[in-house]
Amino acid sequence: MSLSSPLSEAATDPEKVSRAVMLAGKNLYCERDDRVLFKDLEFELHEGMVMQLRGSNGSGKTTLMRILCGLNDSYRGVLEWYGEPVEEQLGDYYQSLHYIGHRVGVSRVLTPMENLRWSCSLKAEVDDHLIEETLADLGLRGYEESPCNTLSAGQQQRVALARILINPMKLWILDEPFTTLDKKGVAQLEANIQKHAESGGAVMVTTHHKLDIPGMDILDLG
Amino acid sequence: MSAFKSTLKRDLNIAFKKKNDIANPFMFFVIVVSLYPIAITPDPERLSEIAAGVVWISVLLASMLSMDNLYRSDYEDGSLEQLLLSPHPLFFMVLAKNISHWLVSGLPVVLAAPLLAYMLNLPQQAYPTLIASLLIGTPVMSLIGSIAVALTVGLGSRGLILAVITLPMSVPILIFGTLAVEASVSAGSPAGYLALMLAMLAASLSLAPLASVAALRISIS
Repeated sequence: MSLSSPLSEAATDPEKVSRAVMLAGKNLYCERDDRVLFKDLEFELHEGMVMQLRGSNGSGKTTLMRILCGLNDSYRGVLEWYGEPVEEQLGDYYQSLHYIGHRVGVSRVLTPMENLRWSCSLKAEVDDHLIEETLADLGLRGYEESPCNTLSAGQQQRVALARILINPMKLWILDEPFTTLDKKGVAQLEANIQKHAESGGAVMVTTHHKLDIPGMDILDLG
Repeated sequence: MSAFKSTLKRDLNIAFKKKNDIANPFMFFVIVVSLYPIAITPDPERLSEIAAGVVWISVLLASMLSMDNLYRSDYEDGSLEQLLLSPHPLFFMVLAKNISHWLVSGLPVVLAAPLLAYMLNLPQQAYPTLIASLLIGTPVMSLIGSIAVALTVGLGSRGLILAVITLPMSVPILIFGTLAVEASVSAGSPAGYLALMLAMLAASLSLAPLASVAALRISIS
């Protein structure tokens, strides 16, 4: 399993060293069906860092992301959030985390407004005005009250992405967020990711697209 | 608390948009109860003897039918993952889902029960007990069923497994529910049975959501 550690790259960049380590994985090991997905995996995600998780199909990218979110506990090793084990401060951790997975968490019978009212309220209370504005920003003006099963896959993806813009959270974990987006959507999301990193947040993202984000780190799962 | 309310509101909203989910268990209940007089006997005397049991068994089967809606669509569209990533206590989130599920699937059945009991010639003095016992019993069934649904939501084809897990756990509530109604039919006091059922409700209200949360975590990973 090849592993190009981002640590070496970060160490040469003085700006990144000064930033606090937000999320760190130490000695992570995971196997599925007797196949080792990764072992001795080490990474450090600093504030202001964008890390792309790279690997071929089936290399464990989604598994690693779900492990980071606490949705999968079939691993060994330590996950630390600001230097303390994640399990000991799960409430704080979830208060700072956005996860968008393959299944984007948008109910097809509800409208974008109803979906976001609920999924955003899970993190913090939000008002309708902000949701409407964000949907408009994402090109969904006029679709606020249409049931999501009348929207295209890309539009549903945008509804899910509205979450990360409505509730400000420090850490974004995005699993293939670009797949169904059109060119404009991809550029917009890239810009949002960059803006998030500049404001001190961190992003971990998987994608097979070529990302146009300067200063991005790569974690290679082989 | 706002997350609790918004989860409750969302689930009710979904239920009213998918009207089948409300109508199906209700229709099933009405049909099953109506079959007994046809198959067994139209004799009012004998019907009144079996009325309590028939209503209770039909309620139990109807609640089984509706259980699967509880987490399935949330699992499929990823909303369940978002729920599990909420910083709020999952106990209350799951409780909110259970409450909304009971409001749309349990309560209509309870409300229709007196009408169907009338058809089965249940003695008049037993109606208050029937309604009370169902009001206590159906939430218990929902709460217990929630554990089983949470355990099996990740399985592709579940078939009968849901019934195999849920029904044995629902037997006590079935026993005391029918005993309570029988007691008031024979002019005895149902208070003891109802108190026991209330104890079961208290236990399942406080423990079942915890088990459901644990089961959901297993299913999602």
